[in-house]
Amino acid sequence: MSTTLRPTPSPTEARIRTPLAKARGLGSAKSGTDHFWLQRVTAVSNFVLVVVVLLQIARLAGADYATVKTAMKSPLLSLPLLLLVLSGMVHMRLGMQTIIEDYFHSEGRKVLLLMLNTFFVILVGLTCVYAVAKLSFGA
Amino acid sequence: MANADMQRPKARPLSPHLQIYSPLINMVMSIVHRITGAALYVGTLLLAWWLVAIASGPDYFAYVNGIMGSPLGLIVLLGYSWALLHHMIGGIRHLIWDTGRGFDLASVDRLSWGTIILSLALTVMLWIWGLSMRGGI
Repeated sequence: MSTTLRPTPSPTEARIRTPLAKARGLGSAKSGTDHFWLQRVTAVSNFVLVVVVLLQIARLAGADYATVKTAMKSPLLSLPLLLLVLSGMVHMRLGMQTIIEDYFHSEGRKVLLLMLNTFFVILVGLTCVYAVAKLSFGA
Repeated sequence: MANADMQRPKARPLSPHLQIYSPLINMVMSIVHRITGAALYVGTLLLAWWLVAIASGPDYFAYVNGIMGSPLGLIVLLGYSWALLHHMIGGIRHLIWDTGRGFDLASVDRLSWGTIILSLALTVMLWIWGLSMRGGI
């Protein structure tokens, strides 16, 4: 029985990495530039959507209930508003994640805050979606 | 001996903290960008509250509208709108930098001053416009 064992490759040879792992290019962190890129993509979409939404909401300052409700029923406001909520959720979660990772170095507290970050964003975001949907479809 | 020394490391000089530096405009704008981002994060509660109020009916809407229209409420909304505009314009500055442009010191200062001046000007314009429309959609 003469099996020749392959010598342990040196780190520089990096023979342990499969071609697939190399092609994915994500390394051991399992994520690449997603965070950076998604923050940019949502920055651009947020910008456009905020302009569209803000111009309409600013006009509602001091308006009575019937006026505000009618405005909210219009898809010209509710649709960009829903898009803004979705795009904003992604953007604000990534941004707060960076802040938490910058300032909280104890692993336990950091992980806890990162979880709370996700919970907060989903809670606030879906509350907005629920309210807009109710106004658009319901009474 | 060596072990005891290792357990109690000598006080080493730390890299300078924020308060050591005299404030530069690009540094201040960088800090303000993060603060406005965090403020907008919390401020989404205001948007959610307002939307829920509309969806809840005229009584609760009148209650929330009263709070937001009070002097304190208007100050918060003023700050919120400025934070939004400032973060948006600061974001554009960052997108310009992402392309590799505007990194010479003169451009950095110009972009930073432009951010604060434009954000304040746009906030004033937004409020004058919004208040002039007051309820008359």
